[in-house]
Amino acid sequence: METKEIKIKQDLLSRFPYLSDKVRVQRDRRILAEVDYGNFKEVFEYAIRDLNFIYLCTITGLDEAEKIALIYHITRQDGIILNIKTGVPKDKPVLKTIIEYFPSAQIYERELKDLLGVQVEGLPEGKRYPLPDDWPPDQYPLRKDWKPNA
Amino acid sequence: MHKVIIPIGPQHPALKEPASFRVQLSGEKITGLTIRLGYNHRGIEKACEERTYVQDVYLNERICGICSHAHSSAFVQAVEEIAALDIPRRAKYIRTLIGELERIHSHLLWLGVAGHEIGFDTLLMYTWRDREVVMDILAMITGNRVNYGINCIGGVRRDITPEYAKDILKGVKTLEERTKYYIDIATKETTIIKRLSKVGMLSHDDALKLGAVGPTGRASGIDRDTRRDDPYAAYGELDFKVITDDHCDVYGRTIVRLGELLESYKIIRQVLTQLPEGPIAVKAPRKIPAGEAVSRYEAPRGENMHYVKSNGSDKPERVKVRAPTLANLQTVSKMLEDRQLADLPIVIAAIDPCFSCTDRLISVKEHSDKRSKILKWDELREYGIHWYQHQGVDFKKINDRLKRKLG
Repeated sequence: METKEIKIKQDLLSRFPYLSDKVRVQRDRRILAEVDYGNFKEVFEYAIRDLNFIYLCTITGLDEAEKIALIYHITRQDGIILNIKTGVPKDKPVLKTIIEYFPSAQIYERELKDLLGVQVEGLPEGKRYPLPDDWPPDQYPLRKDWKPNA
Repeated sequence: MHKVIIPIGPQHPALKEPASFRVQLSGEKITGLTIRLGYNHRGIEKACEERTYVQDVYLNERICGICSHAHSSAFVQAVEEIAALDIPRRAKYIRTLIGELERIHSHLLWLGVAGHEIGFDTLLMYTWRDREVVMDILAMITGNRVNYGINCIGGVRRDITPEYAKDILKGVKTLEERTKYYIDIATKETTIIKRLSKVGMLSHDDALKLGAVGPTGRASGIDRDTRRDDPYAAYGELDFKVITDDHCDVYGRTIVRLGELLESYKIIRQVLTQLPEGPIAVKAPRKIPAGEAVSRYEAPRGENMHYVKSNGSDKPERVKVRAPTLANLQTVSKMLEDRQLADLPIVIAAIDPCFSCTDRLISVKEHSDKRSKILKWDELREYGIHWYQHQGVDFKKINDRLKRKLG
């Protein structure tokens, strides 16, 4: 029987053939798609506009040695979560903001900026989150090489 | 009129937790609000990476003092998914039971605080007295009033005996009666209806755009509830309604929370009648195989999300937590836009300013012509009366009656 999750996977694959072995149904209501950052925007936009993933749960940032990985967790009314995983090089971690799709993403992007040292282009001026104002500029606590007393 | 910026917090006698609000005012109208968070950042995500999974259950439980079970459940669910543990059904039911008891205590607490903020302290005293019933039940089952410590990876640590079940049902009966009384008050008492209606408006579209979750979203007509949409624990086997409302204001949020209380009582009764026999936990490995999982939990304040990545050791590679308040706080600026300062009740209680003594001369900008002009005392008084009449507050009749009475 074709489940909703498999249907979403097939829709993604037929629209973006380069995702052929990159989409995986993890379990009921969980789908993981690994996308190169260059293709991220079109996949993300397609998921929101055509597959109805209209809610953003959050953005998770991970330090994966040579790159900073990012997982955009988006969900829809029926409870299915699409985890779109992408990444940017750790020596030049630059992202484009997604606040044009989800204004709520602002705080999550500030969090990435503070804790993982990702630069987010297009993020409006505003207070930092969550570190204190006098935090040293090149200290990113969620990077694996960061130690509390460094 | 001059714009005034009032800083509230981060340390403030009337704020229960540190957060900093900079309220920009034009007269009594809020024209802008900047929120600065992070004063409570304790680095828990980083700390999780340096502790074992067992230690992390306790650490996650302490993310929040009110919805502690929400965080420990979301965390253990993610770890159990990675480790492919088959949790006994009885454990799932007990987690559900504690989850709903926690929702009851949280919603009753909120109702009291809401009463307090609108000057209705009788409601605070009543609801917090009744809340003790559910606190006693939680203490009876788990040994603690908060930070229950009922979850472990693989199940729960304490069982429900038939005696407990009897006491729980007795408590639930009392609470249900009391909740019906509060619903009666909330829907009939004019003071509450008038004070809460059209205050803190958040339209359906804004709620959607800003990512409101939980009762905040549901009171703006967003029909989302993780318990139904992405069932965990025993919710897939239980019958309950998701309460939504389309008032889009504080009144709607009150109605939603009160309605949810009644649903929680319904869920608890089902849990106790359907409670399956069997063990309450399975043995969990100390080292968790490499993998990742996203776990969601409907906390009293809304969707709570945990992401856990493991690397095969006894410590997680990454733990990410998104609590409901972070999602909801972004709607606050919208709710207060162009509203009265009095709708930010905490401001009145704490700042209590007396500008009239300082400034006895005021400059008013006329709407018709954009020039400012200086008003004399009588003109200012007249202006004030007209301004309040425009807001629907008119003391003319009372003043006339008073004048007649006094001769």
